[in-house]
This record gives sequence, structure tokens and C-alpha cells, in this order.
Amino acid sequence: MSRYTSATDADRRAMLAAIGAASIDELFADVPEGVRLNRPLDLPAGKPEQEVYGYLRDLAALNVSAEDEISFLGAGMYDHYVPALVEAIITRSEFLTPYTPYQPEISQGGLQVMFEYQTAISELTGLPVSNASVYEGPSALAAAGYLAKLHHPDRTRFLVSRGVHPHSRETLATTSVGWGTRIEEIPLAGGATDAQALADALADDVSAVFLQYPNFLGTVEDLEALVPAAKAAGALVIVQCDPLPLGILRPPGELGVDVAVGEGQSLGNRLDFGGPSFGFFAAQDAYLRRMPGRIAGETTDVDGRRGFVLTLQTREQHIRREKATHNICTAQALNALAGVIYLSWLGREGIVELGELLLQRTAYARDALSAIEGVELLHDQPVVREFAVTLDADVDAVIERCAAQGVNPGYALGRDYPEYPNGLLVAITEQRGKPDIDRLARTLQSAVREVVHA
Amino acid sequence: MTLTQTPQQRDHARTIYEKSQPGRRAFVAPALDVPHREGLLPDRLRRAEPAKLPEIAEPEIVRHYNRLSKRNFDLDTGFYPLGSCTMKHNPKLHERVAALPGNARLHPLQHPQRAQGALRLMWELQRALGEIAGLPHVSLQPSAGSHGELAGVLLTRAYHERRGERRTKVLTPDTAHGTNPATVTMAGFEVVKVGTNDRGGVDVEDLRAKAGDDVACLMLTNPNTLGLFDPAIEEIAGIVHDAGATLYYDGANLNAVMGRTRPGDMGFDIVHFNLHKTFTQPHGGGGPGAGPIAVSDRIEPFLPRPQVVRREWGNGTGPSFELDHDRPQSIGRLRGFQGNYGVFVRSYAYILSLGSDGLQEASETAVLNANYLMARLAETAGEHLPAAYDRTCMHEFVLTGGPMKKALGIRTLDLAKRLLDFGFHPPTVYFPLLVDEALLIEPTETETRETLDAFADVVGEILDEAAEDPEAARNAPYTTPVRRLDEAGAAKRPVIRQPL
Repeated sequence: MSRYTSATDADRRAMLAAIGAASIDELFADVPEGVRLNRPLDLPAGKPEQEVYGYLRDLAALNVSAEDEISFLGAGMYDHYVPALVEAIITRSEFLTPYTPYQPEISQGGLQVMFEYQTAISELTGLPVSNASVYEGPSALAAAGYLAKLHHPDRTRFLVSRGVHPHSRETLATTSVGWGTRIEEIPLAGGATDAQALADALADDVSAVFLQYPNFLGTVEDLEALVPAAKAAGALVIVQCDPLPLGILRPPGELGVDVAVGEGQSLGNRLDFGGPSFGFFAAQDAYLRRMPGRIAGETTDVDGRRGFVLTLQTREQHIRREKATHNICTAQALNALAGVIYLSWLGREGIVELGELLLQRTAYARDALSAIEGVELLHDQPVVREFAVTLDADVDAVIERCAAQGVNPGYALGRDYPEYPNGLLVAITEQRGKPDIDRLARTLQSAVREVVHA
Repeated sequence: MTLTQTPQQRDHARTIYEKSQPGRRAFVAPALDVPHREGLLPDRLRRAEPAKLPEIAEPEIVRHYNRLSKRNFDLDTGFYPLGSCTMKHNPKLHERVAALPGNARLHPLQHPQRAQGALRLMWELQRALGEIAGLPHVSLQPSAGSHGELAGVLLTRAYHERRGERRTKVLTPDTAHGTNPATVTMAGFEVVKVGTNDRGGVDVEDLRAKAGDDVACLMLTNPNTLGLFDPAIEEIAGIVHDAGATLYYDGANLNAVMGRTRPGDMGFDIVHFNLHKTFTQPHGGGGPGAGPIAVSDRIEPFLPRPQVVRREWGNGTGPSFELDHDRPQSIGRLRGFQGNYGVFVRSYAYILSLGSDGLQEASETAVLNANYLMARLAETAGEHLPAAYDRTCMHEFVLTGGPMKKALGIRTLDLAKRLLDFGFHPPTVYFPLLVDEALLIEPTETETRETLDAFADVVGEILDEAAEDPEAARNAPYTTPVRRLDEAGAAKRPVIRQPL
């Protein structure tokens, strides 16, 4: 079914005549006979818009979303409230439908957004240099690993804390397979990266140390106790951060961290079953010319007016080709725009107020859950909006029982952390108030009791 | 040239930080409804000073970004023939279905039993993409074309290693997108360039000479970045396979051939799709995109995990859709979660709307439009901007500005900047690298005959103007929010954040 085109049969005839071709088939004459399809694609015929809408609406209705249950799922993506102005702005055609700003004179809106975004990320991370976004969190960590490989070409070891998101650890391993780098894991002790184990593993062949802040189990890692040893060994310190808690936590840049990366979803982006969101990438000045991806910079035009351009492009694949600092081209500009709008909406005071609220509610939830018989804290480290418990009952069975009551109690840790077979990771957002937390505690209590006695 | 400042020009590009005033705010925090506790976070873990985010009320945030939006040119406003980027219409339905709460608020770690709609959609999209590519096994995981390329080269590495072979080189034509060689290096291989023949295709003899037993893969775009379909594709595939290497298809130009020919039928082992090009995810000012891959049987065991699979239970209940993590030969994950699902929803809506016949017609109309525009430009501008290769093109074509530069004294850059004054986004310029003063023009099936005529006429007018007064183009543009910007200065003294 012809859709989204204007060509009529009369147009086609006139255009073929102008080209000097007898038929559309003639335009495809370069395709050798042996590789022509010569049959229709085996796909259904096209459908009218209302039918496509109906089908996709029916599929969406099969999903149980955060709209349908009281969800405490986190583990890298969070059900924070996305204010209405974000959607109103990012669905404007002028932001939604252009591409990468290769022509700056007609792309000042998008370029200035990148500049404002870079400023916000720089403020949150305490690092002077930010790019304009990468794909998402775990691949951002892998990109930082590539920066470390370029910076320290002769060093052969990566030390990765077991507190780093399992998806990030796996992505780093997948991506770095051809770099000649060996990945070694630094264990956790009491929910935090084991500083002694890190110190023991460090040597002058370590290219980079990878940490997460707060880590996957919710712990606010004591970076002051971890970073200096790594720096002393000459390794880069790369920290995957959760950007919203950075509103109240000491920024990694202040603590000597070289590169901060992370998943930006919680800044004004929807859950979308895992994407699209954006990854952020910030670093100390020394790494400016090794950064991956687009960077917007300020300049002036021939009349002296302020303007913005893509800058330092000699790092990038379209100029430097096989010597580029990364292969990324299309990134996540629209999602980064949502991020900077959200941060402007929260504002200087709001991000602190939100952080404090999460801190208090998370502490309340942690107390309420650990008071339940058969539920214990997995660790007692400081946390901001996520914490881990362990159950005296099969965690999958408990989750099923809670879900049947309309409560999703969190993420089962066992697949990623076999050492915590009945671990449960619980995330609190500002959309989960005291009544929701109380209901979680009641539901979890019943479910644990039922599973134990089943 | 008289200048009229637009309101957008008068805004002086003040940033949101410069509009900030202490005490202003948009956010109202939910009340603290639990007992307050002190000392939850030790002081040494706490930030001493708040991040200097803007202090600004909602009306001014909305105005700020709306005003910024008006300093952008966009596809919904005008012709955007940016070669190799496939700037086709973004149907509005797609935003509506992506925003349904069952999609937009679905957590990526929701139990698969409670995400059956999403997993089914992904599985159906995998099937559709597999059919379009002629390769049956699909992973939706990669986040963009370049990420799909990385997946493809890593799959190639895993394939050879499994067979006990250590191959160190990857071949790329000199016409390749920059992402190809950048990917090869990132994956730990050495790039070897293959030449282009005088018809714009792969130099088959050069390929034959270089396709040794140390070659892991040939990465190819077909039609290539010159917009030309390589008629020797069967011979090329034979040479690559005889050398024991894999053949990789850069799907950036897939919009030329849907329903006409398939990479799998041409002999390719691995294909990436750019859902933001062929399957019309809005480009967003530079993303998001998605770069799914389709592969042949011999590559399938190595696909990233998890894979979306369909399970039949055979007990009267319907099929269910699962995430299969148990893939021991997999290269592993390339990112978090399951990929850019919101993009999958939009692209699947597109495939459902067009169907088998509509997708084929989209490609045919894209090729028709490109050949028509090439013919019209030959009339209006052929003397100074001839086609780089005088052949039927596919969905895009390349002109060379060499004669224009010589005869009229203006460069391709000047022509591009002057086009801005006429309300057109310029084509891709100075790519591919082997064409002097190149313009790579891709009109897509979206455009009407009248728009293509208007563009061809304007290019002709600009050349006529340059014959009279080359300064007019050299100093263009005049009507945009800013004029030519000092890019060298920006790189020399980088200012990449607002000082606060």
C-alpha cells in the first residue's frame, strides 16, 4: 500500500520520461538477475492507520507497566516522574525531525541544547568536559574503557568492581575482546568494593579501574578510600554514576575520578522497556581530545554574533576514520534534550530536595522491610534510593505472589549474583509514597510467610 | 545584501543558565510523608554545594526551548536531501503508539510473562527485518548503525575463532562510511582499503589481490555511498567467501532495494539496519536510532544475548515470548537491557502500515526520485555540477563541484551555504572522499516532483548568480539565525560549557 509518498501514476510517467527510462524496472537494471527477489516480500499487506494503531494498542495492553502496578523495580532504570513540559518540547518537529547539526547556521537550537546539556553534566559530575551524549549507560562504560586503552596502550589489565552493573561489566567484556586487555573482578565486602582487594590487585600494568557510584546494590561507594590507590598506580579511574543521586552526593570529579559515565534515563526519559535513553560521558581536561562522539562548542559568526558548532571533530570517525577515538555517529540527542529540560525543571534547589526525599523514603522502606520476619538487609552501607535485602524464601516465588497482589517488589539478584540466591533489589522513586511503601511491606510479609509455609 | 534580523536572531543565544535568577523554580517536591531521620548520609559523602543548575520557572523554560527550536531547520518544514541519512517523513502515528503507557512506562526488567506484548512486538519485528534482509536470525540489541557494525565485526571475530582461525584484517572500500574503518580498529582488526573502479564499483582485481587468508571480513555498502549498485556483487561475494572471510552489509542504503533484492540473496552474512533511516525513527537532532543486525545460519550461534524467542508449549495454550540468556557461544551483551524498544515500536508501526507492497514501493519511489532529480540537475546545473558517475543511480547520487570551482570560483561549501537562504537543507558535502568537491544527494520517496523541480531550479539560480557575482555564495548564508561560524576558532580555544 502506497503510504507517505505523493507520487501518482501521472508523476511516475512524467518522471520516467524526464529520466529517459521506460519503466521502474529499468532503474534497477544494475541488480543482477541472480540476486533479484522476483517475488513480493513475505510480509502482510499494508494496513490503514487506525488498524495499525489498534493492533499496537492491543499489544501494549498485554504489558504490565508502572501504570498498572506499584513497582519497586530499578537496577539501572527508574520510574521517576517525567514532567509534561518534557514531552511538549521534545515532540516539537524542530527538535524531533532534524539530524546531526552538520550545518550549524540552521541548527543553532540543537547545538545550544548540546552546550547547555554539557554544562549540566559537567556540573553534576564535577568534571570540566562532557560530550553531547552516547548511546546509554553500559556502552558508555565500554567507551570509557576504550579511552583508557588509547591512553595507556601498553597496559593490559582492567580492574572492575563487582558492584558495577552486570550489564556494564558484560558490555565491557564484549566490546574489549580485541584490545589485548584482561578483565579482573574486584570483589565486594559488605556491599562495597573491597579496598584491600583493589590495593592488592593494583600494579603498573593496570590501565583502568571501574567503579559504580552508588553501586549496583545501592551502596554509596567511599570513593575517597578507593581512588587514591588507583591513581598512585597510574590507572585511570572510571566511575559509572547514577545522575540523580549526584544532586546530593560528592561529585566524582572532586574526588579525582578521571572519567564519569552513566545511564541518563532517570533524567526526564521514559522507561520504554529499556530505551531509547542516553548515556553521558564526562572527563577531566586531559582527555578532551580523546573523548568519543559529538561535542558542541561556542564561537562567533562573521558578524560577531554568538553561535555554537560541533567542535574538535578531528577525533571523530567521519574525519579520522580508522584513527577515530570511537566509532559512534548517531547518539541520543533528543534524549539528552529531555535530560537538560528535566534538570532545568528540577533546578538548583529541586535536585537537592528530590535527593533528600529519596534518601528519607528509601531509609523508611529499608527499615520497614528489614523489620519483616524472613527479610534481612543484604548490607548496611549508606544508600540513596535503592537497597538490597535477602529473603529466607525463594525470591522468584515471593515476587510472583506480590505481583498477583499488584505490587512488584523489585529485582531478583540471583541471576547476576549467585552468591545472593534470594537477594532482592528495591528501588524507591518520588512516585512511591509512604502508603505504597507500607503496602509493599505488608505484601512482602504475607508473601514470604506463604512461600516459607507452602 | 540587506539584512533583516529575525526575532530568533535578536535573542542573542542567551543560554538557560544566563536566564537563571536565585529563588526561581519550576519543581514542587512531594511532601515528606515519612519520619525525618538525621545522619543517613555521612557528610564526607555529601556534596558541599548544589550543582549550579538553572533557577527558572516553567513558563520561561518553555519559552527558552521553544525559541531555541525555531533556530533549527527540520524535516517537517522542508526538503532535507542529506545523502546517506535517508531523511524520510516521520509519521505522526509512531509517536502516539510509542507513548502508550504499556510501552512508555514498561520497565525493562519486568518479568517476561508480564511483558508479552513488548516481546511479541520485538519477535515480529525480528521476523519482518529477517525477511527484508533475506537473513533469518535477527538481534535488535545494537543502538545505532555504528553499534551494529561493531556487533558485526565482533561476530566475525567469534566465528573465525570458533573455527580456530586468527585473522587480523578487515577490508573496506575507499568509498566506505567513516564508521566502517573506525569500527574495525575498535574491534582490534587492521583496516585494509580496497579501491574503486572507474564505474564506481569495487575494484575486483584489487579485492582479489587483498583477499588472503588473513582477511576476516569485507564490509560493503550496496548500493554504495556513490549511490551505485555494484553489478559485480556475485563475483565479489564469491571472492570473499573463497577466502574464508565473511561479507558484511552496511545497511545505511537499504532504502534503495527493499523488495527488489536482499543482502542475504547477494551473499552477505551479516547486515545492520538503521531503523532511523530506512524505518523512519525520527532523527532527533542526532539520535536516538537503532541498529539491529540480521545474520546467516553460520553466524547465528554468536548473536548477542539475550535473544527474543518464541516458545510453543503444545498444551493448548498459545505461544509465549521469552528472553533467551542461555547462549553459550554468544559474543555477549553490547549494551544494557533489550535495546531501543521505543524505536522498535515506531519502526514496526511503519512496516505494518506499508506492508510488503508498500515497502517495495517506497524503495522504488526513492530510486525514481533520485534519478529524476539527477536528470533535472543535469539540465539546470550539469555544466558546472556533473554527476561523478554517469550511470543510473539508486536512491542517491553524487555530483562533483570541481568544474564549478574552476569556472565560477565557488566551492561546494559555498553552494551548500547559499542553499540555506532558499530554505533547503544542503546535501551531504565532501563525502565520499574520492570525489572532488562532492555533493551526495538523497531525496527519499517523501518528496514531491514539485519539490525536486524547485530544488533543481534553485541550484541553477545559484550557479547563475555565481557567474555574475561569486561573492554572493562565498558570503552566504544571509537569512539564517547566525551566519558562517568560526569553526577553526572553536576548535583552537574550546569553550564547551557555560562558565558558572
